Amino acid sequence: MMGKTISEKILSAKSGVDAHAGDLVVAAVDCVLGTDASGPMAIDYFTRMGGERLFDPARVVFALDHYAPAPTPASAALLDVTRDFVRRHGAVLYEVGDGIGHQLIVERGHARPGDLVVGADSHAVTYGALNAFATGIGSSDLAAAMISGRIWLRVPESINVVLLGALMPGVYPKDIALALCGRLGADGAAYKALEFTGDGVAGLQLEDRLVVANMAVEMGAKNGIFAADAETDAYLAGRNNAPFIAVTADAGATYADEVALDLSALPPQVARPHLVDNVVAIEAAAGETVDMVYLGTCTGGRARDFHQALAVLEAGGGPAEGVRVIVTPASSEIERELSDDGTLAAFAAMGAIVQMPGCGACCGSCGVTVGDGERVISTANRNFKGRMGNPAAKIWLASPATCAASALSGRIADPREIVT
Amino acid sequence: MNATVIRGRARRLGDDIDTDTIIQSRRKRETLDSEALSQYLLETHDPAFAASVEPGDILVAGKNFGCGSAMEVAATVVLGAGIRAVVARSFSRTYFRNAINNGLLPVTCDTAGINEGDDIEIVLDDPVRVRMVSADENRAAAPLPPIMLAILHAGGLVPYFRAHGDFVLPRNGDTP
Repeated sequence: MMGKTISEKILSAKSGVDAHAGDLVVAAVDCVLGTDASGPMAIDYFTRMGGERLFDPARVVFALDHYAPAPTPASAALLDVTRDFVRRHGAVLYEVGDGIGHQLIVERGHARPGDLVVGADSHAVTYGALNAFATGIGSSDLAAAMISGRIWLRVPESINVVLLGALMPGVYPKDIALALCGRLGADGAAYKALEFTGDGVAGLQLEDRLVVANMAVEMGAKNGIFAADAETDAYLAGRNNAPFIAVTADAGATYADEVALDLSALPPQVARPHLVDNVVAIEAAAGETVDMVYLGTCTGGRARDFHQALAVLEAGGGPAEGVRVIVTPASSEIERELSDDGTLAAFAAMGAIVQMPGCGACCGSCGVTVGDGERVISTANRNFKGRMGNPAAKIWLASPATCAASALSGRIADPREIVT
Repeated sequence: MNATVIRGRARRLGDDIDTDTIIQSRRKRETLDSEALSQYLLETHDPAFAASVEPGDILVAGKNFGCGSAMEVAATVVLGAGIRAVVARSFSRTYFRNAINNGLLPVTCDTAGINEGDDIEIVLDDPVRVRMVSADENRAAAPLPPIMLAILHAGGLVPYFRAHGDFVLPRNGDTP
């Protein structure tokens, strides 16, 4: 009998078919997510498909995160489209200010090991950190899933990503994600699953795994997935206490490829404009000037990220004159934690701008705007031309610590000079 | 019976054209109307592009077309501009699904040697092929899985779902 990968096992269970890579299945979803950016279009498809009710209102989640707060009257009206739909059909609604949908899916217990979760936003892959099969879809597939509770999927081949050893001080999970983007390329995992294995996984906290899984889509992957362990159990405790069955890969599972990454030898990584796979080690980007340091998003907007950035800023004496530091917590729960432990006050005392939880300026949908010719270093996941709303700006991507180290002098810098 | 042919002018693009390049995220917060959005089509790539599009044009790209965001307006805005097909060496999976679901034809084949302005044909034969008219050269396209053919033949996911009320996987031997 052929062994299976984690992704093959979850999609087999959810479709009721003994499925292997390459098979097409129709699978039952455990939860679906729409945002204010994808939801209104999904609601339109829902109506045109003849949708009358949600397959299960408790399993349909909408998060108002892209226009948080709404920057224009038209985007404010889009928020109302989703609110109105939720009033009529049920569904779980996270309001403006509650945070980024992806963070809410994990922190409010909507995704569990063995689940199939689809979200109408490409960074739905994030929940793979919790041993769920999670992938991004468009608004039309979301509408179909809202009605039927099902989606068709091609079972992906898996790439075994073997993480070995432990990161050195000053190097973080974002560096793992960027290194993989550089190694595999922007389409190197297209249509495939990334299954993260190796002894290095045990050293990653759940928040760290979210960073790595989040960027699976930047390599074109359908999903990125971790096995569950005691760390997963500890994260879920109090968030979702229903029993679950964690899914592990079979010993004889077949992988399309294997990529090994020695974490102990990994230097900080930077993605240069305008492609996420334009990745270099910190030495090759150091010295580039930056005007804005952006801390936030579904990649780098969690408490751990802000703590790492703040430690560097405090050790280095705060941001240089003229460098704008923007802080956007990924959720209100994170904002509260950062408020309670003094992190936000410390950022504010350094002159940082603290924004409402949500997507912020990541894709230019709300929040601060970037001027012509300005240069940004960001904890986000994408640096496409125009990504933050201005094609005349340039974006570098790095870890929270590298971003903070770069704020100290206004030039991209190696955090290992601070964090020892 | 002759196969259906989509003939048009190639509009040449490069590799890794992401969805933010196809339509900037900030545009879709003002309207979701694909025809209204089409005035901004590919503005980051070339601000003059949208005005130069003629109905029937065919986008021709390199690898990983539509990478990045899963936003569906990146597919509908192309239709809104009067473009019915995109030919690329490869597509991101979300773009490919969104295209099919809206009746925008995504054709995967080698696009090397197809230049801006070339007269090309997409021949909806079995297998689908792309013909470079002046060179009379044919390129075979990758086949679509049966469920995608069924959705495309229905005219998109809306008419497909209205007809079936669910996803139906064609069995081996079924014709969509």
